[in-house]
Amino acid sequence: MSAYKIIDHEYDVVVLGAGGSGLRAAVGLSEAGLRTACVSKVFPTRSHTSAAQGGISAALGNMGEDDWRWHMYDTVKGSDWLGDQDCIEYLCKEAPRAVLELEKYGVPFSRTEDGKIYQRPFGGMTKNYGNEPVQRTCAAADRTGHAILHTLYGQALKHNTEFFIEYFALDLLMKNGECKGIVAWNLNDGTIHRFRSHITIIATGGYGKIYYSATSAHTCTGDGNAMVLRAGLPLQDMEFVQFHPTGIYGHGTLISEGVRGEGGYLLNSKGERFMERYAPKAKDLASRDVVSRSIAIEINEGRGVGKEKDHVHLHLDHLDPKIIEERLPGISESSKLFANVDVTKEPIPVVPTVHYNMGGIPTNYKAEVITMNGSEKTVPGLMAIGEAACVSVHGANRLGSNSLIDLVVFGKAAAKRAAELIKPNKPHEEISNSETDKCLDRFDNLRNGNGSNKTADLRLSMQKTMQSKCAVFRTEKTLKEGLNEIRKPFDGIESISVKDKSLVFNTDLVETLEFDNLIRQAITTMDSAYHRKESRGAHAREDFPNRDDKKFMQHTLSWCNGKKSRIEYRPVHRSTLTNDVQYFPPKERIY
Amino acid sequence: MVQISLPKNSKVVKGKLYKDKTGSKQLKKVNVYRWDPSVGGNPRIDTYEVDMKNCQSKVLDVLNKIKNEIDPSLAYRRSCAHGVCGSCAMNMNGKNGLACTKPHEEIKGDLNIYPLPHLKVVKDLIGDLTTLYKQYESVEPWLKTSKKDDNKENLQSKKEREKLDGLYECIMCACCSTSCPSYWWNGDKYLGPAVLLQAYRWIEDSRDEDKKERLKKVADELKLYRCHTIMNCTNSCPKGLNPAKAIASIKKMLATT
Repeated sequence: MSAYKIIDHEYDVVVLGAGGSGLRAAVGLSEAGLRTACVSKVFPTRSHTSAAQGGISAALGNMGEDDWRWHMYDTVKGSDWLGDQDCIEYLCKEAPRAVLELEKYGVPFSRTEDGKIYQRPFGGMTKNYGNEPVQRTCAAADRTGHAILHTLYGQALKHNTEFFIEYFALDLLMKNGECKGIVAWNLNDGTIHRFRSHITIIATGGYGKIYYSATSAHTCTGDGNAMVLRAGLPLQDMEFVQFHPTGIYGHGTLISEGVRGEGGYLLNSKGERFMERYAPKAKDLASRDVVSRSIAIEINEGRGVGKEKDHVHLHLDHLDPKIIEERLPGISESSKLFANVDVTKEPIPVVPTVHYNMGGIPTNYKAEVITMNGSEKTVPGLMAIGEAACVSVHGANRLGSNSLIDLVVFGKAAAKRAAELIKPNKPHEEISNSETDKCLDRFDNLRNGNGSNKTADLRLSMQKTMQSKCAVFRTEKTLKEGLNEIRKPFDGIESISVKDKSLVFNTDLVETLEFDNLIRQAITTMDSAYHRKESRGAHAREDFPNRDDKKFMQHTLSWCNGKKSRIEYRPVHRSTLTNDVQYFPPKERIY
Repeated sequence: MVQISLPKNSKVVKGKLYKDKTGSKQLKKVNVYRWDPSVGGNPRIDTYEVDMKNCQSKVLDVLNKIKNEIDPSLAYRRSCAHGVCGSCAMNMNGKNGLACTKPHEEIKGDLNIYPLPHLKVVKDLIGDLTTLYKQYESVEPWLKTSKKDDNKENLQSKKEREKLDGLYECIMCACCSTSCPSYWWNGDKYLGPAVLLQAYRWIEDSRDEDKKERLKKVADELKLYRCHTIMNCTNSCPKGLNPAKAIASIKKMLATT
């Protein structure tokens, strides 16, 4: 497509995305003296990390005894043994240092009486390998993500990271299976840019928007995941979609697990604290998949609240208003705004809502992307971090407050690995224009779409299909129907309509490109869910209610390039990284 | 009498009317500022008749409905949809705010939507915030401390930490700065309420060792003292923060040290 003028850039490393993980990586790369470009479709502080509320986990032990090995055990159990224990060991061991580093950067953490970082209880976080709850989740009131994101942006400014803001990345530049950079579209002036880099780090976040009701932002479209699929590489464990137990009914706004951490609890229409039945020990602080399923069962069995009996109540009106004001000011504001509820007097109407993607781009603990080609191989020049990545530390279900720590630990790890792999200012090799042309062909085709299908309609159809066929509980029947139905909106792209043909801030085209990204991930999610015939973590099959370790202690790998899709499996790592801790063999998961 | 003439293309003209096609009895007229640089010409006000019966409660929901069902070419920034990312700041019936938290019911009669005032318009409701971001950079928004011990956090008492409440929550939506007449006239030199609030956030942080330098840096006729306590900033903040008070505190600190 020679019609587009291309502006070229050369960098040692390109970071794609400027949320928590992308910024942490950019800071590390700049510190290592690597020329780094950070490319983002939104201004950094608008990234979805800002919406994280409750906190960031690390065994600091500020509120009583703690040990990173206990944190590791909880994470392994939370993952329903699908997490790779070498990676989880790395995460939990590095976590305390990573949080202290954030504090040094200036994050305004809440404080204890003796001036240390305040930590609160969170779902699935326990003492001594599964005993009573531990206070491990470090918090800045209930705005921890916001506080971390703004602080990391400040650090990136301090280190003179070069930002390319409101650039929408189109595709990876691949050559012989190696990543050589990216092509991006500058929304502010409509120009096309080619970034050549020795290493590209994908930090584009999750893809919650394949569902109709999600706590995810409008921009959570997993653009990097889709680029990986288009590059002929697989995504991993896409069937594992986390439903957060407490999204505001009717609107989907997140209500932090911190509410239950501070003593809040759920009630059904009979006024029962029903979680006592499903998780006798942890109750309302069981892990998210367990609480979401319990709510779904209560609703299905007719014990939901409201006119339609289709949600439950989250109470915190018994808590001291002072505590609410100090530790949960943000959710008080959201509850007022979106549910018209005064949390000091009334319960919040809540329902399980899509929140997080455990699946994503497969990597090792150094953040290097891996693929299967006969055997497991790393993809030279390509890394992934944050929600876009599947390391996998969260396995089949992520524990609350483990995502923020994932961002900074692996953001840092990626920078460290990049600094080992390349020397600053290494010359770039020539790449042919054919890759760029291929990417711009897709761009130009969509831009000139003059068909009859509106992007918004195709997107809605995808979201409704995912919501009804691939929800908290799944069956062979719904998934089989889903397999066919989810391909229809993809076929609809052939006759898509893009009304705005301009190049400056053409949000009609941006949303069309985002839809093209989403639908591929929706297909891999449905395919992966259909093929996993067991229940594990967030993937609950009514027809296969038990975990099947014999067959499915495996990661799903899913390829999808347009109409062709394929599933393979690779075994979960059954060893730790060092001898500092022993492997935790699978056992029954009871909270 | 001084005569001021505005450039020809600054006049906002009447645009297209998108008539209702749903037959709804519950219509609201939504007037939206439109300008596309690739077409050029004068900005215009397009009018959309929107079926409010099937519309959720916030102004952003109205815009989304227009974009999804009536006119996909309408351009605006949006992301989190619950008031934490700061993307969808705009001017709604004369007042700056976040479209995602502003209930449309609070606006009687027609809904009039404009970009944030006094910004260069990139397209439709999208304003250019580059200057504000540069100014943010200039206050060096990072902690300056000589403490090097990696194995311990800086200690900060609850009381010291409390001083950051009302400051660190800023989402940089620019509602305050773009509502400030002083910022309208001297936006290139006056830092404006959003950035001064951030400057104060670091001045007030007990862990920071650069307080004096930070104060010195903003103690400037234009950077700081263009604030004439008009208070539009505080009135417009969608997060309920008080930038005017922060600015007053900086002035007070300078007057007393």
